[in-house]
Amino acid sequence: MKRTSVGLTAELIEEISREKGEPRWMLEHRLRALEIFRELPMPRFGPDLSEVDFSDISYYLRTVEPVGSWEELPEEIRRTFEELGLPEAERKALAGLGAQVDSEVVYRSILEEVRAQGVIFEPMEEALKNHPDLVREHFMKVIPPEDNKFAALHGAVWSGGTFVWVPEGVEVAIPLQAYFRMQTQGVGQFEHTLIVAEPGSSVHYIEGCSAPRYTKAALHSGMVEIVVKEGAHVRFTTIQNWSRNVYNLNNKRAVAYAGATMDWVSGSLGSKVTMLYPSTILAGKGAKTENLSFSFARNGQWLDLGAKAIHLAPDTSSRLVSRSVVQGKAKSVFRGKLYVAPEAKGAKGHVECSTLLLSPEAETETIPTLDVRNHEVEVGHEATVGRVSRDQLFYLMSRGLDEAEALSLIINGFVSPILKEIPFEYAVELKRLLEMSFAEAIG
Amino acid sequence: MGILEVRDLVVTVEGKKILKGISLSLEKGKIHALMGPNGSGKSTLAFALAGHPDYLIEEGRIFLNSEDITKLPPHERARRGLFLGFQYPPEVEGVRLREFLRLAAANCHEPFCEFQKLYLESLAYFRMDELGERELNVGFSGGEKKRSELLQMRVLRPKVALLDEPDSGVDVDGLRLIAAGIEEAARLGTAVLLITHYPRILEHLPISKVFVLDDGHIVREGGPELAWEIERSGYEAVRG
Repeated sequence: MKRTSVGLTAELIEEISREKGEPRWMLEHRLRALEIFRELPMPRFGPDLSEVDFSDISYYLRTVEPVGSWEELPEEIRRTFEELGLPEAERKALAGLGAQVDSEVVYRSILEEVRAQGVIFEPMEEALKNHPDLVREHFMKVIPPEDNKFAALHGAVWSGGTFVWVPEGVEVAIPLQAYFRMQTQGVGQFEHTLIVAEPGSSVHYIEGCSAPRYTKAALHSGMVEIVVKEGAHVRFTTIQNWSRNVYNLNNKRAVAYAGATMDWVSGSLGSKVTMLYPSTILAGKGAKTENLSFSFARNGQWLDLGAKAIHLAPDTSSRLVSRSVVQGKAKSVFRGKLYVAPEAKGAKGHVECSTLLLSPEAETETIPTLDVRNHEVEVGHEATVGRVSRDQLFYLMSRGLDEAEALSLIINGFVSPILKEIPFEYAVELKRLLEMSFAEAIG
Repeated sequence: MGILEVRDLVVTVEGKKILKGISLSLEKGKIHALMGPNGSGKSTLAFALAGHPDYLIEEGRIFLNSEDITKLPPHERARRGLFLGFQYPPEVEGVRLREFLRLAAANCHEPFCEFQKLYLESLAYFRMDELGERELNVGFSGGEKKRSELLQMRVLRPKVALLDEPDSGVDVDGLRLIAAGIEEAARLGTAVLLITHYPRILEHLPISKVFVLDDGHIVREGGPELAWEIERSGYEAVRG
C-alpha cells in the first residue's frame, strides 16, 4: 500500500507525480493548478462546504495493486464488487469495464472486438504513457484549472479515471463502464475521465460509484471532459450512490462540434452534499445536447444539481430536464442555465424541472438562467413543484394497493421520463438502489 | 342481508355533516340507482364507503359480505371486493394503465395469466386498445376516463361496484358501451350502485331499485318507476 501524507503541498504533488512516473508537463500542470487552487475562492453559492478541510485529506492512496482478473483482488474488495454485480455485468453485456479503488484503477477489461475496432479504453495513467500526444492535446482543455476552485484542486491531485478514444466512424454498440469505489477512511478521490469521440463515432459510457460509510467527511472531486467531434454521439450516464458522509463536488463538461450529439443522464442518490452541473458547449452548427437528471434527496442531504447548455453556433439545440424527489429534512436545487450567443441563430433550448416533495420539511429551489443574446431563437422554461396528492394516493389505494405500493408507483411514475433512458441491464445495482431509495422515502 | 349493508351512516367532511344517517342494502347481481340533486351527498357516500381519509364516518357501520369494513383502510376494502368508479379519476403521470392494473389485480388475487387475458379482452370490449400503453388518465378525454374506470372494474371483478356518474360527459356511443359494461358486471354477480342525476343511462339498464338522496338523507326508495317520476317531475316532486 502506498499512501501519501495528509495535506496539500507542492511536495505532495511532486510525490504523486513521481509515484506515477509522469512526464514533466504533467507535473508542471499539477503545480500550476495548485497555485490556481490557492488563489481561487470557494464557490459563492450553494451548500455549506465549511466541513471540507483540505489539510485533513489523504490525496493519494494505492490500496491494491492492479490485477488482471477478479480472483486476484483481495477478498474484501472482490466481495464488494461481486455484491455490486460488476463481474456479472461485465460477463453479460459490457464492451469494457474499469474499476477503481481509492486512487488507482485496479481492474480493467475490454472486449477483443472493441479493441480490434481501434477503441482505446485505458486507465488515465496508462494512456498518459501509451498515448502521450493524444492525452496532452485534450487534458483539461475543456475544463481548465482556472474554471473554479475544485477544477484547480482536481488538476493538482487527480489520480485514476479513464481515457476513452473512439476512432472516426466507429460505433461502440454496447456500453463501456467505469466503477469508482472509495474504500478507505479519510482518502479523497479525484479520478479524471477523458472521452474523445472522433467524427461520426458513437459511444455510451456509464459510471457508477459507492463507498462504505465512515463518520469522517470525505471528498470526491472527479472531472469528466468529453470531446464530441463532427457528427459523433456520446452518451454519458452516471449513477451516483456515495455514502452520506461524502462531499461530491464534480466538474463535467463536453464540447460538441457540428452535427454532434452529447447526452448526459445523471441519477443522484447518495452523498451528503453534491454539486454537479454537467455542461455542454454547443460549438458547431447543428450540435445537440440532452441533459436528463433525476435525484432523490433524503434526510440530511443537499443535492445541488443543474445543467448548462452553451449555444455558440447556429441551429444548435438543447433540452435540460430534471426530476427531483425530496424526502425528510433534505434540500434539492436545480440550476438550469441556457446561454445563447449572438451568432447562434436558430438555436432551440428548453429547460424543464419538476420536484416532488414527500415531507413538509423538504426543501427545493429551481434557479433557471436564460441568457439569450439574439432574437432568432426558441427558448423555454418550465418548473413545477408538487406534493403527492391525497386524491392520487386514495385513487390507487381504492384499487387495492397499500400506501407504500401506491406511493412507490407515484414516485416511480414521476421519475420515469428519466429512468426509461437508463439501460437497467448495464447500470449495475440501479434497480436495487432505487428500490432501497423508494423504501426509505416511503418510510 | 345484502352483499353491502350500510347502517345509519353519518359522515362529516372538514367538520361539516354531509350524510345524516344513511341506510341502504345492495343485492348481489342487481343494479341500484342512487339519484339526487347536486350537493345532496351522492359522491360523499361513494367516497365514505370506499374509505377516503377525508370523509370521516362519525356513526354507523358498513358491512361487505357480512364483514364490518367501517374502519378498514381503502386498500383493504378493495381487496375484499369493493370498487369505486371515480367521477373525476386523477391523472397519474408516468404510470401506465396496464402496469397499474396488473398490480391492482395481483392485490385482488387475480393470477397474472388470467389478468393478461382479461385485460386485453377488456381493452377491446371498451374500444380502448390505443389507451392501454398510455399513462393512467393522462390526457384522456372525459369519455375515455369513464371507459377506463369501467375497464378497471371489468378486470378487477368486484363484489360491489360504486360507480360515480359513469355517464357524465359521455357521448351516445360511449353511453351504450358503459351501460353494456355495467349490465355485464351485474350479470356476473357484481352488486352495482350507479350514481347519477340523469335518468338517461337508466333507460339502457335493468334497474332493480332506486334510492333518492337529498340533503344527506335517503328520502325515497322504490322501483325503476321512481326514476321516471324524477324525469317527469324533477326532484322537488319526489321529496318526501
